[in-house]
Amino acid sequence: MSFEPKILSILCNWCSYTGADLAGTARMKYPPNVIGVRVMCSGRVDPGFVLDALRLGADGVLVCGCHPGDCHYVEGNYKCMRRIPLLKNLLQGLGIDPNRLRLEWVSASEGGRFQEVVTEFTEQIRALGPFKPQEWSFNPVETVAPHHERIAAKAVPA
Amino acid sequence: MKGSRQRRFRHDYCIQAGGHVSKPKLAIYWAASCGGCDIAILDIETKILDVADFFDLALWPCAADFKYKDVRALPDKSITLTLFNGAIRSSENFEIAQLLREKSVVLCAFGSCASDGCIPGLANLTTRQDIWDYVYLKSPSVDNPQGIMPQTLCQVPEGVITIPEMWNTVRPLTQVVDVDYIIPGCPPQSDKIAEVVGAVIDILKNGKPLPPKGTVLGAGEKTCCDECQRSKDVKKITKFIRPFEIVPDPNLCLIEQGIVCCGPATRSGCGAKCVSAGVPCRGCYGKPVNVRDQGAKMVSALASVIESKDPKEIENIIAAIPDPVGTFYRFSLPESMLRRAQV
Repeated sequence: MSFEPKILSILCNWCSYTGADLAGTARMKYPPNVIGVRVMCSGRVDPGFVLDALRLGADGVLVCGCHPGDCHYVEGNYKCMRRIPLLKNLLQGLGIDPNRLRLEWVSASEGGRFQEVVTEFTEQIRALGPFKPQEWSFNPVETVAPHHERIAAKAVPA
Repeated sequence: MKGSRQRRFRHDYCIQAGGHVSKPKLAIYWAASCGGCDIAILDIETKILDVADFFDLALWPCAADFKYKDVRALPDKSITLTLFNGAIRSSENFEIAQLLREKSVVLCAFGSCASDGCIPGLANLTTRQDIWDYVYLKSPSVDNPQGIMPQTLCQVPEGVITIPEMWNTVRPLTQVVDVDYIIPGCPPQSDKIAEVVGAVIDILKNGKPLPPKGTVLGAGEKTCCDECQRSKDVKKITKFIRPFEIVPDPNLCLIEQGIVCCGPATRSGCGAKCVSAGVPCRGCYGKPVNVRDQGAKMVSALASVIESKDPKEIENIIAAIPDPVGTFYRFSLPESMLRRAQV
């Protein structure tokens, strides 16, 4: 079976969610890989949301907000604009391709833009492949047997 | 402890077989740690005499000679209190963590290594193999032409000797056994240790109820900024600077001066000692209440203060933070959401 990316999109209530809604009501086709979550503002997007999404099985995260200057809360999207590059650096440091995270500005009237962004990002994540957080769970192989029982099973080097 | 009765120390914890009443037992153990926690315990000054007076030591490798077999010989739940410092990095650490869990009534994760992974946890940025290659082969100060690497067992004339196996991933104590309380800090501040020890003795003597399981002891609930005496105004910065590049203003918030300070995402409890001395907070008390990931919260706090609306300029400002993972997760990588780096 081919890999189908799971993508979380975090959409701002005032512009991007309405934009996505418009794409739907206008019957624009885009890949079904994106699950949308509405937040009040892109400034509300805690970097922890992105890490949590990756931890819980998302292959990519798309954050959408109002165009700079259009924020309903005046400055919220600028906060987001400043956080995402630093978060990308953090992801890079953790060995995660920063291209798994994307920030886009989509206004309420830009259904077509949303369609474009989602299609492009889905292909981008498809090319990157699935994301698996390493050794997230407690690994019993490493820990279950006391070490001398395990090494007793191995041959003794000369 | 929702829905159940509050746990109390009963007097019979202090009564051994045969009805002989003895002092409660205390164990202090170090796993993967630097020893600073043990020194911090010794540093509680005259209170240490109360400890010696009130408790019988069951195990304290740093200060006294005990054997693991003596601890194994004790009945289950016979050690009243165990202060466990250090991360779990080898099979030995894990075995002793399990052993002390079985033998202890109350197991405290003591210090940042046991609660968050701390400095040893930065090994999670790489693999065991890479660490070994560097330490035994590639490091400039190493002379090892035969490429001798550590083995878990070795044949000698007297038989086979074994040493513990190092794990690929460092874990805090809280991830491998059931922990009752957490005392954060690298190391926990001595005055806070003295407070906790005093409270424990009070609980034991007077049969007071224990705090709910999972309580963080010896620390506050707010952030380091809450304790910091420096004046804070509107945080707006146009560039980040390294602490050695300037002589910081002694009264102004370090972040406002452009220095990366982890105070906004660090639990209070230390009294903001580093910050008062002009050294930025490095985050050793771990994440505050209601924060799930210290690094993510630092990204949020630090990026928000950048004064720029131009994406290119923002990127340039951010590029001045050379190692975001090592800076924001210095004490908490194994306890972060992703636990370790992808390698």
